[in-house]
Order: sequence, then C-alpha cells, then structure tokens
Amino acid sequence: MAARPRTLPASSPSAASSFFRAMLAVAWKDLAAELRSRELFSAMLVFSLLVIVIFNFALELDIRTRQSVTSGVLWVTFAFAGTLGLNRSMAIEKEQSSMDGLLLAPVDRSAIYFGKVASNLVFMLGVEVVVLPIYALLYNVNLFIPGFLLVLLLGSVGYIVVGTLLAAMAVQSRARDMLLPILHFPVAMAVLIASVKASGGYLTGADPASIQTWLNLLIVYDVVFTSIAFMVFDFVVEE
Amino acid sequence: MQAKPTTLKVLDIASILLLAAALYLALIYAPEEATMGQVQRVFYFHIATAWTGLLGFVAAGVAGVAFLVTKDQKWDIVEVAAVEISLVFFLITIVLGSIWARPVWNTWWTWDPRLTWAAITELIYIAYFMLRQGVDDPSRRARFAAVYTIVGAASAPITFFVIRLVRTIHPVIIGGSDPSAQGAFAMSPEMELAFFFALFTFTVIFVDLFWNRIRMGRLATRVEQLKLSVMR
Repeated sequence: MAARPRTLPASSPSAASSFFRAMLAVAWKDLAAELRSRELFSAMLVFSLLVIVIFNFALELDIRTRQSVTSGVLWVTFAFAGTLGLNRSMAIEKEQSSMDGLLLAPVDRSAIYFGKVASNLVFMLGVEVVVLPIYALLYNVNLFIPGFLLVLLLGSVGYIVVGTLLAAMAVQSRARDMLLPILHFPVAMAVLIASVKASGGYLTGADPASIQTWLNLLIVYDVVFTSIAFMVFDFVVEE
Repeated sequence: MQAKPTTLKVLDIASILLLAAALYLALIYAPEEATMGQVQRVFYFHIATAWTGLLGFVAAGVAGVAFLVTKDQKWDIVEVAAVEISLVFFLITIVLGSIWARPVWNTWWTWDPRLTWAAITELIYIAYFMLRQGVDDPSRRARFAAVYTIVGAASAPITFFVIRLVRTIHPVIIGGSDPSAQGAFAMSPEMELAFFFALFTFTVIFVDLFWNRIRMGRLATRVEQLKLSVMR
C-alpha cells in the first residue's frame, strides 16, 4: 500500500510547506521503490540503447549524416523511453490500488501530481545522463554543451508534465498503456519539435539568436502545461 | 421524447437550399480563374469548411472548460458534437486542399505549417475519440474528455507557432509551399460574392449540424437511461 514513508529524504527542508513535503514524499516513494526493484530504470535504459543500435543501422549513421540527425535520434529515443517510464510509473499505482491510498492522504491532490512529475523526471533525466556519454563515445561527438543540456532539461520537463497527466488518464481506461502514446504524441509534438531544433542548433553550432526562439517556446510550453495540469489534475483522479 | 423543433426543421431546409445556392455561385457564377483554371473553384468550399472546422474547434474548447466548471453533462454532449463536426470538416478541408494542390503545387501534400497543423489536429481528435471509447463510466469519460480537449486546445496554437518557425528557419521547401508565393490570386467581385456566400452557408450548416448533433446526443443519453431503468 502507499502509506507515506515515515522517513523523508535527508535533503527535505524541515521548514518546507506541507504541500512541498507531500510532493517530496510521493516522489521519494517512487524512487525508493525503484531503488529496491530496479525494474523501471533498467528497462528504460536497455530500451534506449537498443533504439540507438537500431537507428545506427536504419539511418547508416556515418560521419556526415550523424551531424544532422543526432538530435533527432536522441529525442526519439528519450521520448520512447519516457513513454515507457510514464506508463509503468502510473501502472504501478493502479495495480496495487496504491493510487487510492495516495488519494486518501489529507494533502492537496496536485502535490501528488507534482510528486509523480518529479519521480518521472528523475527517471527520464537519469536515462539521458547514462545514454549521452555512451552515445558520445560510440559516435565521437561532443554532447557536453551547456546549452544542449539546458534544452534536454526544458524538453524533458515539458514532455513529462503533459505525459504524467495523460498517463493518469490512460491507466484508468480499458486500453491502459496502449493509449498513452496516442494521447501524448500529438499534444507533445510542439515540445519534441522545438527540442529537436534547439538541440540540433547547439550541436551544429548555429546562430544563438535563432536557438533563443526555440528555448523561449520550450519555456512557454513548460509554463502553460504545468499550469493547466495543476488546474485539471483533480478532475483526472476524482472518483 | 419531444418532436424536432420547428426552428431546427427550418434550419435544415435552409442549409440545403443555401448549399445549393453556394454550389451554383462557386461552380457556375464565379468566373474562371486565369492561371489555375477550374480547379481554383475548390477554394470557395475549402476556406468555408476550414472555417467550420475552426468554429467546432473553438466550441469544443469552450465546452470542455464549461464542463469542468459546471459538471453539467450537457456540456459533454456539446463538446462531442463540436469535436465530431470539426473532425469531419477539417478532413474535408484537407481533401479539398489536396485536390487543389495537385495541379497548383504539383503535389498532393507538403509539410506546410497549415497542412501540418491540420493533420496534427486531426490526430488529436482521433486520440480524443479513442480515449472516450476506452472509458466506460460516463462521468469519468466526460471528465477525461474535457481534460483532453483543454490540453489539445492549449497545445494547438503552440504547435502551429512551432511548425511555422521550422519553416522560417528552413526556407528550403520543395516547390515552395507558401500560398502567397504559389497559387495566390486576386478575387474579382463575383468571386468575392461566391466566397463570402460559401462562408455564410457553411456557418449556417455548422449551426444546423451542431444543433442536430447535440439533440442526438441528448436522445442517446435518454435511451441509455431508459435501458438502465428497464434492466432494473
């Protein structure tokens, strides 16, 4: 069951509001479960590496094509892995009816949502942190550009913010995990295109002014959808 | 259940008559366009159906918000009606556009911002219906559908902006898909008449279909309730 863990992570500030504490508790619950089972992260990671291997042969990633398609390959990989993680993280709540337990807790429901966003984001960023050096090593490209890493963060936030909301709906439907990508991809198109373009810009050393527009769009997307999810999450979990 | 309202019956007939008149104006009355020829006549209905689709899109977003605020089931019925009409009319717009684009742009499809946006919006609508189909409980179905409508409606303008930006940064498009560059033309007064008449006609058709569809949704709910009461 989803009893709130008695011990909060050591980093949690003692003076934090109850909202923030509840959010951290939900996120910590997911991370602690993952630390014990290591099911989700390893699946996402192995999946990502397999996708990259497939792309290697499907696109013939030789030196010239590599330059132009790297950001696309990486984003497709992370988007697919992210979907895998989003589905699993919500399915776990459904399977053991732990969502019901969470909803019984006397906290603001959006705290549950932001807790799930935090844990999903950690999983997705974790996969990125492992995959990037491997990709850089395999293809001999320098991926450690600060701007590029910022795009990864902003893009992942946008992707997860919408995805967590939609995953909470998808797991309550008959089709379950099949439905999530169908709901998610058309509305996440904007964040994926903007991320691919912005990271491509950094990797090819494009004019910073043109990249700035993409970054602004990513920020707008993140802000708009965080606010929307914050407002409507109640309607998704209410019984 | 009550009979069809007289106003709606009148509106039905008016829609049919207006459509006939709009067809006459677009196909016979309006002069042939000099460079594109007869295929330009697609334009009158292309814009009009796009307009209808857009009306449905806006109506759906408003209904979605209204449902979440009021929790009144009638807004769910309005929302489905709007999405259905919008889905069909955007599809008609895309098909008509393709028919026009084949001779004028020399391709059925190009990844022009407007075209891409219409395609993505259609995909959001299809996802919307798959979501509805996957949820059995009516009140939950209505809530989820309203949430997805709002998410879809919020993403659409951002998506459009993003796609347009892709084009401005990468101006190399096969054949040059900007309508102002290829396939643009100035309208003569007769053309303008046909155009605005088609626009008006499809607005009336939208209202008529919307009303009919909402009425049908209400009846369907009533049938559902009667079925349940019989089973009990």
